[in-house]
Amino acid sequence: MSAVATILRYGIRESMRRRVFLVVFVLTVAFLALYAVGAAFAFKDVGNFADSAPEILDARAFTGATILGLAMFATFFLGTVLAVFLTLGVVRGDAERGLLQPLVVRPIGRSVLLWSRFAGAAAVSGGYVLVVYGLAVAITAIAGSWWPDHIVTPGIGLAAGVVIVAALSLLASIFLSATAQGIAVLMLFGGGLTAGLLGEIGKALDSATLREIARVASWALPFEALYEGGLRALISNTEGLTGAILSLGPFGGAQGAGPLLALWAVIYLAAVLGIGAAAFARRDL
Amino acid sequence: MSKAAFEARGLGKQYGATTALSGVDLTVGEAELVGLLGPNGAGKSTLTKIACGLVHPSSGEATVCGHAAGSSPARACMGYLAETFRFPAWSSAVELLELHQRLARSEGGAGEPAELLEMVGLADAADVRVGEMSKGMQQRLGIAQALIGRPRMLFLDEPTSALDPAGRRVVRRLLEQLRERGVSALLSSHLLGEVELVCDRVAILSGGRLVAEGRPDELVRGRGVAVETGSGERLFEEAGREDAPRIVSDLVAAGERVYGVRVLRSSLEDVYLDAVGEDPG
Repeated sequence: MSAVATILRYGIRESMRRRVFLVVFVLTVAFLALYAVGAAFAFKDVGNFADSAPEILDARAFTGATILGLAMFATFFLGTVLAVFLTLGVVRGDAERGLLQPLVVRPIGRSVLLWSRFAGAAAVSGGYVLVVYGLAVAITAIAGSWWPDHIVTPGIGLAAGVVIVAALSLLASIFLSATAQGIAVLMLFGGGLTAGLLGEIGKALDSATLREIARVASWALPFEALYEGGLRALISNTEGLTGAILSLGPFGGAQGAGPLLALWAVIYLAAVLGIGAAAFARRDL
Repeated sequence: MSKAAFEARGLGKQYGATTALSGVDLTVGEAELVGLLGPNGAGKSTLTKIACGLVHPSSGEATVCGHAAGSSPARACMGYLAETFRFPAWSSAVELLELHQRLARSEGGAGEPAELLEMVGLADAADVRVGEMSKGMQQRLGIAQALIGRPRMLFLDEPTSALDPAGRRVVRRLLEQLRERGVSALLSSHLLGEVELVCDRVAILSGGRLVAEGRPDELVRGRGVAVETGSGERLFEEAGREDAPRIVSDLVAAGERVYGVRVLRSSLEDVYLDAVGEDPG
């Protein structure tokens, strides 16, 4: 078994023994059950006028896009929390507790150790958001017979966003203690989302300054841009009054990702992991 | 001259304004057990961590089995037990050893974990989780972990600090067995008696500098001859073992009754306290 597979297995076994997956599973089932109830009632409540004048406002699309956007936000948040906790204290925290040194002295290399822990956290948290997003789409379709304009793109955006959060969290774990790392990454996550909302406000108010702040923040923290791009893909083909009204809402007003975002996200991820490996290699343990 | 299992040349480490190590030269030969002594903050753990590649030296160089300390080949031929270590509480003893087998690419096979647990007296605790083990059991497990992959050089930082006398004896015998197999060890400890019993040589660090080094019997010095006579104990400070017959003869000739003779030698503790400049008060 390769060193990467060994470290991956070690991380997954740790999460299973610590009942991380059990807790996440139970809470996710609870979230999806609540979402299913909410979606059923939402579609039922708009059912009276949903079929009356669809040429003016497609109430089913409006409801579906709004509640699925909400589900995406919740999924993104849950995936981020999972990514942060799976990488919590991986370097400095474990070194301070004496857990890291017995592993680092083995002939596997610090970079391999770091990247393996990233791969484990990214696979679990990225896979998690894909599954939850997929189930949310299915629940929405069953509850309201509505499908988003794009099904796969939003999920990929969410998963990619969470993977970048995992990389940032791992980088933070090299420099910060576990508590400071968790606080820093969750505040960064909140800051990124706030910048995205600022951009929407800037768009509504036609403020070039606010839009520019949001644009810079999106490049600096591309997980937000990936999430926003995913949100946009939900309704990117919806036109007319429905599309116009959705674009005013908190989820429908998201900006499209743009062709360079995927490339930038890959470069950004490689840079974060490269900086992390270099910093870890230099660190005294 | 034997090939060095560990060699440090001019090793130094600076943490900001604090000097943890300064110009340390130390060699551990093949199948040699070297005790590393020194007060808290003397640099023992820093030296061990540099040897294991956990800390980068500010100056000098170190090699393990002929490879630069911290390099992959150096780490492949060594075992390490840290002073303050912890293993995941959720892991069982055998799972932990299997993990380290894979990371060390050990060729010991499926029987290696059980064999090592037997060696450290934990044969019955293979399936016990680390979180349920006493500190002493964890330390024994740590020693077993350091022995994964049949390392040629062991760095053991306070390996018996949590063990009872029986546990210390087990570790002493284990180290002696390993030496017979050709394994070398640098054993950092505060327990002078233990070091004196098992180690071939002793190195004493103080303030980051190597202040004494040698075989225990070389380091200890004569402190005279004490003779118990009818008029009380008389001490001949400058005398040695070879002077004892003459002293007794002279005393008897002078009409003294002699009841006993003791050749006095300084203990390793005396040597240690002299070297590190600590007055026991």
